[in-house]
Amino acid sequence: MSAVRFERVTIAYEGADRPALRDVTLEIPEGELVLVVGETGCGKSTLLRCINGLVPHFTGGAMAGRVIVAGRDTRTHPPRELADVVGVVGQDPIAGFVAEVVEDELAYGMECLGVPPETMRRRVEETLDLLGLAELRHRPLATLSGGQRQRVAIGAALTSHPRILVLDEPTSALDPGAAEEVLAALQRLVHDLGMTVVMAEHRLERVVQYADSVLVIGDGQVTVGEPAAMMAGAPVAPPVVELGRLAGWQPLPLSVRDARRAASGLRARLREVAVATPPARIPAPSASGGGPVVPLPHVVSGPAPIAATALTAGYRGVPVLQRLTLAVGPGEVVALMGRNGAGKSTLLSALAGVMAPSAGSVRIAGRDPHALAGRGLLGTVGLVPQEPADLLYATSVGRELADAEHTAGAASGTAAGLLEALAPGIDPDCHPRDLSEGQRLALALAVVLAAAPPVLLLDEPTRGLDYGAKRRLVDLLRQLRAAGHTVVLATHDVELVAEVATRVALLAGGEIVADGPAAEVVRSSPLFAPQVAKILAPGPWLTVGQVQQALAVPG
Amino acid sequence: MTAPTTLHAGATRPVGSGVGRLPRALHPLAWWAWALGLMVAAARTTNPVLLATILAVLALVVSARRPEAPWAGAFTAALRLGVVVLVARTLLQVLLGAPIGLSVAFTLPSLALPGWMAGVRLGGLVTWESLVLGACEGLRLAVMIACAGAANSLSAPSRLLRSVPAALYELGVAVVVALTFAPHLLDDARRVRAARRLRGHDEGRLLGFARASGPVLDGGLERSVALAAAMDSRGYGRAGTVTVRQRRTQAGLVLAGFAGVLVGLYGLFDASAPRWLGLPLLALGASIAVLGMRAAGRRSPRSAYRPDPWRGPEWATMGAGLLVAVAFVLTARADLAVAVTPLTWPALPVAPLLATLLCAGPAWWTPPLPGQGPDARGWSA
Repeated sequence: MSAVRFERVTIAYEGADRPALRDVTLEIPEGELVLVVGETGCGKSTLLRCINGLVPHFTGGAMAGRVIVAGRDTRTHPPRELADVVGVVGQDPIAGFVAEVVEDELAYGMECLGVPPETMRRRVEETLDLLGLAELRHRPLATLSGGQRQRVAIGAALTSHPRILVLDEPTSALDPGAAEEVLAALQRLVHDLGMTVVMAEHRLERVVQYADSVLVIGDGQVTVGEPAAMMAGAPVAPPVVELGRLAGWQPLPLSVRDARRAASGLRARLREVAVATPPARIPAPSASGGGPVVPLPHVVSGPAPIAATALTAGYRGVPVLQRLTLAVGPGEVVALMGRNGAGKSTLLSALAGVMAPSAGSVRIAGRDPHALAGRGLLGTVGLVPQEPADLLYATSVGRELADAEHTAGAASGTAAGLLEALAPGIDPDCHPRDLSEGQRLALALAVVLAAAPPVLLLDEPTRGLDYGAKRRLVDLLRQLRAAGHTVVLATHDVELVAEVATRVALLAGGEIVADGPAAEVVRSSPLFAPQVAKILAPGPWLTVGQVQQALAVPG
Repeated sequence: MTAPTTLHAGATRPVGSGVGRLPRALHPLAWWAWALGLMVAAARTTNPVLLATILAVLALVVSARRPEAPWAGAFTAALRLGVVVLVARTLLQVLLGAPIGLSVAFTLPSLALPGWMAGVRLGGLVTWESLVLGACEGLRLAVMIACAGAANSLSAPSRLLRSVPAALYELGVAVVVALTFAPHLLDDARRVRAARRLRGHDEGRLLGFARASGPVLDGGLERSVALAAAMDSRGYGRAGTVTVRQRRTQAGLVLAGFAGVLVGLYGLFDASAPRWLGLPLLALGASIAVLGMRAAGRRSPRSAYRPDPWRGPEWATMGAGLLVAVAFVLTARADLAVAVTPLTWPALPVAPLLATLLCAGPAWWTPPLPGQGPDARGWSA
């Protein structure tokens, strides 16, 4: 029996020029873990929201065809009447929390369903154990870290004992460790409890190995198939798959474990090459796939771009950073890594002058960023926050760009030119809110880069980005580096670090616990090593591009 | 299926001695009844000694039983607001109040007002008597605010919601969501203001907040929609077996009851109101409300997870609140007011003072909080 059945479903939102989903027919068998893949804005969220009836009951829009979930038609059953069979975990768990404390949040759904108190008590205890939340049971939700929040959100959906669990990007905002916790919990649900899980995720490298089938959405159309078969032809693929394609492995491996077993030949070949020519750390921008050239000014060398000395900073008297010292030279791309709450964002805020240090000093190109304002600040340091939309407030893309040029004192057309190079073809009359994640990031970057700051700070830039947008970002960062800019990025994305970072600083508890060349720091870490490094260990390679170059070298 | 449940249902708890000492949160209604009792008391007196005693009692209990949670700061916030109110009230008395008594403190330049405002005085003589009176009345307001702050600090608004009867549940959720909306908005405002600085816009604090309001409200609206979707997905508002008509009757009963309670409370607070407006109406309203809630509760599809138990400490805490309210209501008005003509050290009525001191009891007799170690912050020996 199928858990979810779509019968010729077409969803069209008002004002959109084409339907979000077009004539979709598919069946999800019970007990499967289905991965939904596609570029941003392709209709992934719409598909997920169809399963519990949020589309069309909550979002509006016209729907043709029907969706049958556990034998119930979503046309006649609003989300609340499906709550006992479908559990939903949204993209931002904190936005969906109702209670104040972990334990109460877990019980909320059951209370709504009228589950008897004794059963509720038992299920809450079981769920606390299942997801490893027992120690957090009395904690206020606001004090939890990202991974803990995500697990609480999953737990809160599980206590109602739904037959189908729907998750929208459950690991995108998580550090690698927390993501593994969440995925392990999900796998346990599928394997031990036979739950049907439908999950959308951009971070394919994290999840594709766990999927029973992959559902690709492109342009409102849906194709379903075996993960290996779907990945072989997919336009987007995690590094392990790309490496497999490069090496011509059959069947295509999806996990590091499978790839390592297939890679003994490749490792031997690469060992010979490595002795002759060690891999170049970061390829020159021209070699990065022929992306558009972004018009960037060259940075004139001056005082050290970033010098933070014995920096202590925090919120409401609670120190987050503790006597942290960091110096970054021109042309460096430094990745700040570390678990959620380690102090990465706080460090970026302090470097951008958003917050004043409570002790120690910050100098950006020899000046105190907190004392700078207006044009002086813009021309010194630029920060793109975790939520790029925070930077945007005009009612159209065109006005946003014009305003950026005006405040930065840049020539008219500077920001527009940057945007055109970063994300071509954006309608200037479009509202920034209607852009996709990748386009919004591009707009925020264009706005910040219009003032040509020699120091650029990025907070979680790849969150919510699909592979295409990520490739363009990688390309931009390489060009920035070539032009002598200094970039510091806080990220959980080990693959991005492998592609662009020259140096990695590992933060824990507000201190830097490891700082060194990217290759050395990430390769020696079980959590932060990129897939290619894991497959080819102990070789020095981190990215598929490097392997490709090495193999191209004659000899 | 039933076997493991008996293990959790209280069978493992030792019955009798020590039950009150097991760490748990006190029933929120008990805290609110206690705080409300003190608020009624504060409303009926301007005696600075009594008011100061009430404030001390509040501070003692809050410091002993405040959880480590975001909402626990409510008491401190209320105290700050109280200081503002106290100062404002005193200033008003100085500027606008009619002079009482004869001991002149200082003279302000007085403003000649046009003829049509003949009754109003601005500045002029300021006497010690009017200063003291203004300060005491301000203190009364401040202490009443502190009572509300203490109740908020001791139990989260959403915990109170858990004891809200099913008939009012959906209304209650709306209120709680609205309450959490404001702090979120403030957070958003700070974030957007920081982002505006990053964009090179440096305007003053006020103008910055004004300019940021667009994105902030956008964000708030989006958050509300996300929350609504999440709640809908989790079964909020599922129809039970109740017909629309039954639901309306029950809701009507409950609302009428609460209206009675409100008017009754007003009667208690305001000493000049007729007697029947106080306790009798309060009792009548409460019983109508309880009736309506009972009827609605029986048919609601909702169930409650680990409802807070109502045991000895709850009775004692609520009793203390009730006692202090009754003690102040029964004491003659003149005995509770601060004496300004002539200006003398206030007399101390014994019964209200003792009742107030009794209200410090919850710092000892309520159970310690869970998750903060045995008696970690309690005052119990």
